[in-house]
Amino acid sequence: MMGKTTIPEEEFVFPGSTGCPGCGANLVMRYLLKGLGDRTILSIPACCWAVMPGYWPSNCLKVPLLYTAFEATGAAISGLRAALDIKGIQDVTVVGFAGDGGTVDIGLQAMSGAAERRTDAIYVMYDNEAYMNTGIQRSGSTPWGAWTTTTPVGNSHGFKHESKKDIMAIMQAHRIPYAATVSVAHPEDFVKKVRKAKDIKGFRFIHALSPCPPGWRMSPMHGVEVARLAVETHMFPLYEIEDGRVVVTRKGKGLPITEYTKFQGRFSHLTSQEIESIQESIDENWRNLLAKEASGT
Amino acid sequence: MREVMTGNYASAYGAKLARAEVIAAYPITPQTSIVEKLAEFVNTGELRAKFIPVESEHSAMAACIAAETAGARTYTATSSHGLTLMHEVLMWASGARLPIVMTNVSRAMAPPWSVWVDHMDSVAQRDTGWLQFFCQSNQEVLDTTIMAYKICESARVMLPAMIIEDAFILSHTSEPVDVPDQRLVDSFLPSYSPDLKIEIGKPMGFGSLVKPDQYMEFRYKAMEAMTAAHDRLLAVEREFRDVFGREHGGLLERYKCEDAEVVLVAAGSVAATAKDVVDALRAKGHKVGLARIRSFRPFPDQEFKALASKVVGMAVLDRSYTFGAAGAMFTEVKASVYSSQKRPVVKNYIAGLGGRDITPKTIEKIFEDISIVSRRGLEDEVEWVDVAGLPRRWR
Amino acid sequence: MTKSYEEIPLTPISSTPSTMNLTGLWRVVKPVVDKSKCKKCTICWKYCPDAAIKLVGGEPVIDLMYCKGCGICSFECPAKCIVMVKEG
Repeated sequence: MMGKTTIPEEEFVFPGSTGCPGCGANLVMRYLLKGLGDRTILSIPACCWAVMPGYWPSNCLKVPLLYTAFEATGAAISGLRAALDIKGIQDVTVVGFAGDGGTVDIGLQAMSGAAERRTDAIYVMYDNEAYMNTGIQRSGSTPWGAWTTTTPVGNSHGFKHESKKDIMAIMQAHRIPYAATVSVAHPEDFVKKVRKAKDIKGFRFIHALSPCPPGWRMSPMHGVEVARLAVETHMFPLYEIEDGRVVVTRKGKGLPITEYTKFQGRFSHLTSQEIESIQESIDENWRNLLAKEASGT
Repeated sequence: MREVMTGNYASAYGAKLARAEVIAAYPITPQTSIVEKLAEFVNTGELRAKFIPVESEHSAMAACIAAETAGARTYTATSSHGLTLMHEVLMWASGARLPIVMTNVSRAMAPPWSVWVDHMDSVAQRDTGWLQFFCQSNQEVLDTTIMAYKICESARVMLPAMIIEDAFILSHTSEPVDVPDQRLVDSFLPSYSPDLKIEIGKPMGFGSLVKPDQYMEFRYKAMEAMTAAHDRLLAVEREFRDVFGREHGGLLERYKCEDAEVVLVAAGSVAATAKDVVDALRAKGHKVGLARIRSFRPFPDQEFKALASKVVGMAVLDRSYTFGAAGAMFTEVKASVYSSQKRPVVKNYIAGLGGRDITPKTIEKIFEDISIVSRRGLEDEVEWVDVAGLPRRWR
Repeated sequence: MTKSYEEIPLTPISSTPSTMNLTGLWRVVKPVVDKSKCKKCTICWKYCPDAAIKLVGGEPVIDLMYCKGCGICSFECPAKCIVMVKEG
């Protein structure tokens, strides 16, 4: 049974989750739990993952799970931690596991409150860049240029004209001890960061890019490759913010953004000028990130 | 210990004596002194609890839900817009079958902005699956808080409860209150230990997706719980009386109703005023009584049916307006007595909204009116009491 | 099969493993492993979203009861020894 695995072999999920074929969020959960182990309690709001364990009584998780209302993740993890504390139950990782909509939009207030109160919990945002569970509607985390059902292309050449909310910067402003971006194409880095987060007390934030084949209009078999390219094109850089300081954990090759967008139908309507403007803003963001790292902020 | 204290402090003492373990709350007038008092208790160590100063009422209830699921006894308090902001998660708490106890300081809804008493906020939550207790005194507030935990944590109930106290009239008015001894309360109310809770080593999912072919059965069970709450409430109150020497009238407190011809039906502090009016009218030879809705949920259906067969007129006072064909409490009372063989005349009086005082004089005029219409017959089923511009005078 | 209200818990608590969901029935293409080319790198196991690949002696054994046929294992395999073949 012992293979040369580069990440822990023990599984904390059962097969039979009702996620789509090639679902990035399945991988996010799988890697997260490999890093955290079984003394973990999850709180999951309305999102794809509220449905993926299956209809009652099916459960694909081997750790306890609390389903909650959509905007309540930050509050729920606060309540869980308070109960564990008053009962004297130690050495338990409390995790809020929410989608991008349930974090940057409707869940922002509760998460901000939990972070400000220095709640001892890990908040994981799996980012498939839209309200996927309800059928691919745009969220504050949808990138500029993307098609969604509420930013349709149509005859007017529509798409999302607003930039993606920078949730890592928002979390940095909360002065939390640890925040990190992770990718499902880099599981070793993912597990390493999770383990690091696990050992830190206070509010920790993990931003996981979660490719979504139906939502991004791509073939399921590219589910991991697209995450890899997101990192290599600097669309989704891998970095940590530890005690307020940025540390880039993977430089990436800096491939042209088209290497990333070519796999995804949600960008297929963009003109070369629009692609160019995306390239420019990605390059600028990358430069700013490196500058932050260099200046020690 | 007997002390003169406000309804808010009585709430805080109730939660303290009940040994609430996790308190998540957000300030709103006129609930603030409850939360401040509890923060003080936690700070001094008098109350061993975790206090979470959440960033909204919705989060207050969501945090209580999570903590209660993990096996902690929780408490929160709110009012008006805070309560209505919680509406979504109030339904969650009851669907999740969690015996959370909350004080609602019943206050008017905006616009217009108002900080004064009105039952619209509380009544609007009657569909959420929460037990609802309307209190008429600060003593009752304290006592009912303790009783509520015992009722709700029973295996056959496992539903949340709200203790409703009138804004400013109870919350900020001081009355003598007997604060029971902690040891006595401990003997009456054991610690919370649910059969099922979220815990390490037991991989269970709480609150998952259920298809149409199974959802109804969960709701049926919740209905059974609300039904069981009726008898459980009475049993717990009997026990409370045996231990502490006090009771508050069950689900429907009947004051001088035995031989009454007409009764006033009301909830909250106005019922206490009405008792004085009943006494004055009785002294003049009128056969009147007061039926106080103490428990609005579970609704005292049996009690109203029994009362209906004995009286000729019921004046139902609604201290809220909920945009139906008639007031909410009136509509439920009327439905309850509809199936009685002998139906009294039932009339709705909408009064006291937004903190408008309901004076003894006004209550007396209501009794006069119900006495007349129960003999002559109803012209209008609903009457708005003491509205400037309407011809009828009530003061 | 609808359970009687007397047989269900107070609130829906899920503790039956999701292996009750035979997601293999979703497939339109299935992975076929050429063991002669397999280098036992464990990468396919690593990237399977459904944990439907087990490692036996370092070699991947794909559980076709649950494999949804997403093709990630096929795409990621460095030895190109997994081919996606149409079902039926």
